[in-house]
Amino acid sequence: MTAIAFALLVAGGSFCAGLLGALTGLGGGIVVVPMLTLLFHVDLRYAIGASLVSVIATSSGAAAAYVREGYTNVRVGILLEVATTIGALVGAALAGVTPTSFLAILFGLILLFTAIRSIRPMHEHALLTTPDKWSARLRLDSTYPTAAGRQPYSVQNVPAGFGLMFVAGVLSALLGIGSGIVKVLAMDQMMRLPFKVSTTTSNFMIGVTAAASAGVYLHRGYIDPTVAFPVMLGVLAGALLGARILSVANTKLLRQVFTGVVIVMAIEMLYKGFTGGL
Amino acid sequence: MTNPPTRYSDHAVEQFVGRLLQLGVLIAAVVVLAGGALLLAQHGSSLAAFSTFRGEPDALRSIGGIVHGVVSFRSEAIVQLGLLLLIATPVARVAFTLVAFILQRDRTYVLITTLVLALLLYGLILGKA
Repeated sequence: MTAIAFALLVAGGSFCAGLLGALTGLGGGIVVVPMLTLLFHVDLRYAIGASLVSVIATSSGAAAAYVREGYTNVRVGILLEVATTIGALVGAALAGVTPTSFLAILFGLILLFTAIRSIRPMHEHALLTTPDKWSARLRLDSTYPTAAGRQPYSVQNVPAGFGLMFVAGVLSALLGIGSGIVKVLAMDQMMRLPFKVSTTTSNFMIGVTAAASAGVYLHRGYIDPTVAFPVMLGVLAGALLGARILSVANTKLLRQVFTGVVIVMAIEMLYKGFTGGL
Repeated sequence: MTNPPTRYSDHAVEQFVGRLLQLGVLIAAVVVLAGGALLLAQHGSSLAAFSTFRGEPDALRSIGGIVHGVVSFRSEAIVQLGLLLLIATPVARVAFTLVAFILQRDRTYVLITTLVLALLLYGLILGKA
């Protein structure tokens, strides 16, 4: 394949990934690496480098709007970024010595977990609970905008959330993903933040987490311009369009389509991992 | 509990950080697009083979090498510069958040944010993990 055909096809695929990722709220980063490795036979390291770069672009682009609307809890974000950046640097160190078959299996499992989470309906939990020692000390409790004005909420289980964020950082670096699904799990389920605050704060943190390992990977030669540029521009354009048409799109159907794609990729990655084909 | 009302309120900081992120991504995307178009114009018909990992040459993986390549108008280096700007955007965001916490005299968060910034710069400049 010539470079120009490769760039056009990869940009097209990345555009679809970014569009579906934005419309379903699952993020496009999770399907970029499987797309590049399974469809275009790109080496896993180049794929991870390109995917991380696209993750930074979409998360920073989307985070800008959410931060200004006042959903993001900046203190929670900064605090947990300590855990995700340490995790990302540890993950980048591990990436050099981890067998690709293991990475493929891990990727397959994360894809399956994403599919399961996307099928499960989301419920909002009680927002005001007894004050947490760490949350009080670090002034994490805040408010967020709702239809009925600003709603106060409190933050729970800070140490457990911090620990899970470390894992999210490791996974982000090892697999070249944003790890948004793990970040939301930590904030929504463990720390009991409102769902909208969890997803927007997760998005806010994804760029910083990815930047930590992307810097290391740039120096290690994982980021190839010919692979990364169509991925970055394609995902970004798809995500921007997705954000625009979100209100008119049939997100339920798209979510089912995207979940189907994720499941197929999960099976393929697990197969490649167990047979050593990646 | 709440911060003293200053010009540097959490809300003002959030507005500024939001703009900064958008601007960083926009500039990076324009540079990547320019470099990518040039790259295809120059090497569009060469073969795309990425199934084996060779690693980038030194000129495309160190900050100095990339800047040097941009000066001599190498398309790959221009793409890398755009990607480097993109990676630097969240780092700049953390740096501005640090300034905001300093202005708010919020000692705990100055410490926390400094730690995050140090970790990011360690990865980006030293490239070690």
